[in-house]
Amino acid sequence: MSDLLLFRNNADFTKTLNFKMPASRYGITDGSGLERCFMSKVEFRNVNKSFGDNQVLTNFELSVDDGEFLVLLGPSGCGKTTALRILAGLENVSSGSVHIGDREVTSEEPKDRDIAMVFQSYALYPHMTVRKNVEFPLRNAGVSKDEIKSRVDQALQTVGLSDLGDRKPGQLSGGQRQRVALARAIVRRPKVFLMDEPLSNLDATLRQQTRADIAALQRTLGTTTLYVTHDQVEAMTMGTRIAVMYQGKLQQVGAPTDLYHRPANAFVASFLGNPGMNLIRGSVQGGAVRVAGSVVSTTNLADRSDVTIGVRAEDLRIGDAGFACEVVIVEDLGSEVHVVCQSAESDRIVIRQLSATTRPTVGQTVHLAIDGATHLFDAMTGERCEG
Amino acid sequence: MAKRTTSLPTAGVGVFRTKRDRRIGLALTLPSLALFLLFTYYPFFKNFQLALYRAAPFPTLPNKFVGPSQFFSIFSDAQFWDSVRSTVIFVGLVVPIGVFLGLLMAVAAHQRLKGIRVYRTIFSSTVVSSAAVAAVVFSTLLSPVSGYLPSIGIHAPDITSSSTWAMPMVAIVSAWQFVGLAFIILTAGLQSLPDDLLEASRVDGASSWTRFWRIILPLLSPTVFFTLIVGVIYGLQSFGQIDIMIGTQNSTFTHTNVLIYAIYRFIHVSADPGMAASYSIALFFITLVVTLIQFRILEKRVHYGQ
Repeated sequence: MSDLLLFRNNADFTKTLNFKMPASRYGITDGSGLERCFMSKVEFRNVNKSFGDNQVLTNFELSVDDGEFLVLLGPSGCGKTTALRILAGLENVSSGSVHIGDREVTSEEPKDRDIAMVFQSYALYPHMTVRKNVEFPLRNAGVSKDEIKSRVDQALQTVGLSDLGDRKPGQLSGGQRQRVALARAIVRRPKVFLMDEPLSNLDATLRQQTRADIAALQRTLGTTTLYVTHDQVEAMTMGTRIAVMYQGKLQQVGAPTDLYHRPANAFVASFLGNPGMNLIRGSVQGGAVRVAGSVVSTTNLADRSDVTIGVRAEDLRIGDAGFACEVVIVEDLGSEVHVVCQSAESDRIVIRQLSATTRPTVGQTVHLAIDGATHLFDAMTGERCEG
Repeated sequence: MAKRTTSLPTAGVGVFRTKRDRRIGLALTLPSLALFLLFTYYPFFKNFQLALYRAAPFPTLPNKFVGPSQFFSIFSDAQFWDSVRSTVIFVGLVVPIGVFLGLLMAVAAHQRLKGIRVYRTIFSSTVVSSAAVAAVVFSTLLSPVSGYLPSIGIHAPDITSSSTWAMPMVAIVSAWQFVGLAFIILTAGLQSLPDDLLEASRVDGASSWTRFWRIILPLLSPTVFFTLIVGVIYGLQSFGQIDIMIGTQNSTFTHTNVLIYAIYRFIHVSADPGMAASYSIALFFITLVVTLIQFRILEKRVHYGQ
C-alpha cells in the first residue's frame, strides 16, 4: 500500500527533499535550507484563440505570480486546456501574447520556453525505461552524463521510485506512472510547471494523496505552476489562487476561499463547492429578499422584481417556515444527507443535513428557510449584485 | 429455473445459439470458403502433386512419376542458385528503397501543412498503377531510341540490355510501385501514434531529428516491421515488371531471372510444370523461412507500446 503513496505526510516529503537536493542544484535558497527551482511570472495578454469558427478563448488575460500555484478551473470545453497548451507552445494564439518572466514567448518553440508539462495521460515513452524517460529532457539539453545520473537519481528519489528505474511504463501502476511524469518534469528545473489534469486517471484514494503530494512538492520547489482541472475539490485544496473559466472567458480569479464565499457571478457560485451553490429565483422588495412570497433574507439593494438568490446547501434549513418545495431525492452519504428538492423557483435545491437529523421522504412537501449567507445575482446577466 | 430470454451472444460456442443460427453462419462463410478452397488451397496442394512428376519430352506422352527426387534435384542445379541470387539482390534492393522512401514520405506528409492532402494522394498513387503500366512508363522514359531522355538530349545506353544495370532498373521500378503501399501503411501507423507523446517530446526539448529517431521510429517499429514483411513478400512475388521490361528474349534476362520468373519460364517456355512446381515449393519455403527469421530477429527490436 505504502508504495502507492508518494509520502505519508508533507513533513516526510519536505524532509526527503531537504535531504536529497543540494541547494546549489536548484538555484535559489530561501534561507530555510529548502532548495527551490528557478521561477518566473507568467502572463497571458489579451489572448484570443479560435479553431475555425469556434472561438475557444476570448480576450483572455491572466497573470500567474512568481512561485504561485494557480489552478485553472472550469467545465469540459471551457478553454482551460487550450490556454495551457498555448503557454506550452503546443498551440498558436490567434491574437494576443504570452509572456514567461520578462520574455515574450508567443512564437517560441516549446523547447525554448523552459517549461515542463505533466500530461493527463502522463505521456510516458512506452519503449523507454523509467530512468530513460526521466533523463530524456536532460539529454536533449546536452547535460553531462554525470550530471544526468545525479539529477535523475534525485528526481526518482523525490517521487519515491528509485527502485523502479529499470522498469518500463507498461509495468507500472497508474500512480507510479503519474510519479514518473512528475519526476520527468522536476528533473528539468524549469521556470514553469504546467499540469493538465494529472490526477484524472487515478482512483479516488490515490488522487487525494497525490493531490497533497503535488501541492507540497510545488511549495518546496517554489516553481510557478499552472494546473488545469475540472475538479473543484482539487482546485480548492491545491491552488494558491483559482482562475475559473467558462465558455472561453475568465469568470473570476482569486483565493479559493474568496471564490467560495464571494463568487463574482452565478456560474462561479454554482461551479464551486460540492454541491454547488443553489440558485433560486426571487425578488427584492423593501429590503426583504423573497422567494415565492416568503421573506428569506434582508438586503440593502434597491427593489428588483427578478433576482437570482444563491445559497449554499449547508445554509438551508428544513422547518415549518419558509418557501415550499417538493423532495425529489434523498442521498445518504454516511456522514451527511443531501436532500434534493424542486420548486417553481428552482429545478434543483440541495440541502445538506447531518445524518442524525430527521430526514424527509421523497414526494414530501417541505419548507425551506435560509440560515446563513445569501448571495444575490442579476437574473439576466448572472453578475453579482453589490449592495 | 428461470428461462433465459437474453439474445446477447456469449463467448465461444455460445455465439451460435440455435441450429438455425449455425446454418446461417456457415452459409455466410461459404462463399469466401469456396473461393479460398478453389483459388488458394487447391492450387497449393496441387502444386505439391505436380512436383512429383517429370514432364514428358513430347506433350502427347504422359508425365512420369519421379517422386520427390525432382524437387531435391533443383538444389544441385546452378540455374536455381542463380535465380536465388537474383531474387536476393532484387528483394535486397526493392525492400530497403521502398521502405526508406515510404517512411520518408510518410513523415513528410504527416506535417500539418496547407495542401498536404494533395501530396498524400500523389505519394500513395503508385500503389494503384499496375505493374504493366509502371513497366511501360519507365521503359518509354528510358528507351535510348524513342524515350523521353533522348528527346531532351540525354543519350544514355539501353540499360535494359545492360547486364550491370538491368537488375537495378527493374528493382527501382518495383520499388517505385512498392513505395505507395509502404507510404499508406506507414502513414496509417504514424496517424495512430498518440499526439501527446509527440507533444511531450517537443516540450522535453527534442529536436526533429531526436524526435524521429528516439520517439517516432521506436513507436512506429511494429508498422515498419509489418511493412518489411509485406515488402519482402511483394519482392519475392514481383513478376510483371521483369517480364515487360526485360522479357525472355533479352540477353540480360539471366541477370533478372528471379525465382518467380524462372517458374514462369518453366511453364511457358520449357513446358515443364514439374520443375515449375519444384521451384514454387522452394519459393514457398524461402518465403516462409525469411518471414520466420524476420519475426525472430526483427521482432526483438519492435516496441509494442504498453
